[in-house]
Amino acid sequence: MKRFWKSGDPFIWLSGGALAFSLIMVAGLVILVLMNGLGSFWPSPIARLTLADGKELMGQVAQREKIPQPGAPPGAAQRYRIQVRVGNRDLYGADFVWVEEVNIVRRDFPAEAVLIERQEWGNLYGFIKEVRDGDRVVARGPVDGWKGLQASLPGATSTSKDIRRVEKKDIGAINYAQEQIRLRMKKLGMRDREASPEMAQLQQELETLAAMYRVQEARLAELRQSSVQSLVVSAAGDKEKELSLAQIVRAYQPNAMGLWAKSGLYLSKIWEFVAGEPRESNTEGGVFPAIFGTVMMVMIMSLVVTPLGVLAAFYLREYAKQGAFVSTVRIAVNNLAGVPSIVFGVFGVGFFIYLVGGSIDRLFYPEVLPTPTFGTGGILWASLTLALLTVPVVIVATEEGLAAIPGGMREASLALGATKFETTWRVVLPAVMPSILTGLILAMARAAGEVAPLMITGVVKLAPSLPIDGFWPFLHLERKFMHLGFHIYDVGFQSPNVDAARPMVYTTAVLLLLVVLVLNLTAILLRNMLRRKYVSSTF
Amino acid sequence: MATRAEMAVEEQRGEVSVRASGESQRGYNRGVPGDTGVQGQGGEARTRMEPMIEIRKLNLKYGEKLALEDISLDILKHQVTAFIGPSGCGKTTLLRCLNRLNDLVDGVTITGTIRIGGTDINDPNLEITELRKRVGMVFQKSNPFPKTIYDNVAYGPRIQGLPRRSAMDEIVERSLRSAALWDEVRDRLQESALSLSGGQQQRLCIARAIAVEPDVLLMDEPCSALDPIATAKIEELMADLKKQYTIVIVTHNMQQAARVSDYTAFLYLGTLIEYDLTKQIFVNPSKKQTEDYITGRFG
Repeated sequence: MKRFWKSGDPFIWLSGGALAFSLIMVAGLVILVLMNGLGSFWPSPIARLTLADGKELMGQVAQREKIPQPGAPPGAAQRYRIQVRVGNRDLYGADFVWVEEVNIVRRDFPAEAVLIERQEWGNLYGFIKEVRDGDRVVARGPVDGWKGLQASLPGATSTSKDIRRVEKKDIGAINYAQEQIRLRMKKLGMRDREASPEMAQLQQELETLAAMYRVQEARLAELRQSSVQSLVVSAAGDKEKELSLAQIVRAYQPNAMGLWAKSGLYLSKIWEFVAGEPRESNTEGGVFPAIFGTVMMVMIMSLVVTPLGVLAAFYLREYAKQGAFVSTVRIAVNNLAGVPSIVFGVFGVGFFIYLVGGSIDRLFYPEVLPTPTFGTGGILWASLTLALLTVPVVIVATEEGLAAIPGGMREASLALGATKFETTWRVVLPAVMPSILTGLILAMARAAGEVAPLMITGVVKLAPSLPIDGFWPFLHLERKFMHLGFHIYDVGFQSPNVDAARPMVYTTAVLLLLVVLVLNLTAILLRNMLRRKYVSSTF
Repeated sequence: MATRAEMAVEEQRGEVSVRASGESQRGYNRGVPGDTGVQGQGGEARTRMEPMIEIRKLNLKYGEKLALEDISLDILKHQVTAFIGPSGCGKTTLLRCLNRLNDLVDGVTITGTIRIGGTDINDPNLEITELRKRVGMVFQKSNPFPKTIYDNVAYGPRIQGLPRRSAMDEIVERSLRSAALWDEVRDRLQESALSLSGGQQQRLCIARAIAVEPDVLLMDEPCSALDPIATAKIEELMADLKKQYTIVIVTHNMQQAARVSDYTAFLYLGTLIEYDLTKQIFVNPSKKQTEDYITGRFG
């Protein structure tokens, strides 16, 4: 027995077991998230349920669970209930209902049942009754109606796209220009030059813009007039709903679809999720603004944190006289990595937003005050706060890299007549590059997943515009932005429609994992390229 | 530059002191190596023998500890001079004084003068980088930069601000040829220097050092990490290189000192015990300590 302990085998088993346990936990988490997330896009069949009391329900079965029966005698039959997504929130008031399985008399899957995803009010389940063009009925009945819908939906969708483009792009640009001119006029007013010719010119420009606005408005009205096609759907419970075709995002009959059609739909829904804008207070639609915000924030943070951390590490390791003071600084830096992130957030608010941002506003944007420009949360301040949060990681990694460079390499450079700076720049920096990238990878992973400090430094539930757009100066660092991590919190725990939002929580988590993975892989590839360039010694 | 006359005087004094040290009370040798060997090489050789490096009354302290004590010696141009002695005797410290690499160490104080080619290297007005360009160094452990082979050799010339690509190619090729490495690496100049074998790496370090065309080449136990074949190659190389450079080598290996060097200095506990023609030192040392060390009775 003693020999067995001495041999070290138990220790190998113990450490191997610990590793296996960790891996299983992580893999389990990923699998759970993936299954719940990716499964939610699959078009499940629409069931029509007839209950014992004669009521009818139609919708998709979301989950099934055991009903707990605390007082039941042993051996009593298990009872189950199912949660059905019946949709039609505007008709029934709630998206989901629970039904006890014993109450279900009949369950069938009518092929004509149609699922309509709408811009507002969530999904609509029912049978098509009529397709109308104004007051004229174009097609009647579930079968002809479906054909009629197929025929007129593309046109209606493109019209509604046009409407949105005019609203957002054309009128948006005019609004933006008007706002700029108003600000310039205000600036002139602040300098007591209200009577200057410049002012008059601005006034004139403003009028031109107003005229342009009227043109766009007329166009919009015209477009709206043209989209008079509508659809009447009869829903379970003897209800009827008429909705404009422009409201329809997508309509399909899941019970009549084959595997290929379902797969196509699945992919198109995933694409919508990744590339689309959110709808229905984030519970539907896509998360593109959040992906964009996350990636951009991590990029800005990397741009700030790398030079800062690397320079600090170089000073600590290469230039500072090693002693008690440097050791203290080093310990302090290491401890900084353990400070709760919300503390950094509070510091970001106090220092970056109020002090720095407020000063910038007073100096450069006095005409906008009291509305803050930089004096409020924004992507720049959030990135800087995260840079502060992650700078210890970069410092420590770089310092360790510097310590690992053989002193002989520096001496060799000095012995060739290089100055200390030339040595640092041409020999030490390239040699320490992989370590710097390692630090950056760790910093990015931490930053991409951090939420708490962002909530108070610039992340919002729904950002009206991306931080990069077509208006000068194209990069708007003062703008608020969306973030995948916050999106998960918001959708999962702040949403009024929790059941409908649950799949979004998982899918967003999958996406966040993917974003972190892609960012890290990029950095790792870069590092490996550098390493391969200088393969390690073959001594 | 010291004038000819001054040098002649120095040389004379050196010879005198060598002779004197034969029955010296002070226990160390100084100055120019013994005249016997020089005369043996004939009168013509004798006129060529100008000292490249003159060390006078050199003392070096690490903090309070005296590491080198009152060292004086002349190292001759285009000769290989070996420093031998037991570990910790100050060979490497003395070598590193010659390109002032000891400046990097905290708490080092140096007194005495070192002249290389007539210039006082401890002169505060002297640019240390200029000195190091004239005094190249090869280290005990080969230390190529984590760059390509080409960039390793081109490093020194680039530091000196040589931008022309064609000129650089020429320098790289010439340096690698001089280091007897060209034929082995000519097709892989853009590969990492770290992919070379240990012996090749050390020759690359030699090529890198001579790419800046120094006057003096310092070698700090250049073969201690190499196998006998690589060692033989480097020793062969030294015989070639001494035609152009003045070589100072520190070695633990007495056979090596006997094989490659023209002159040998034996150091013990920070003092110079004996300095003479290598043949003389190994065949007929004038000091008991030297003889004991060489015959392996201590050290």
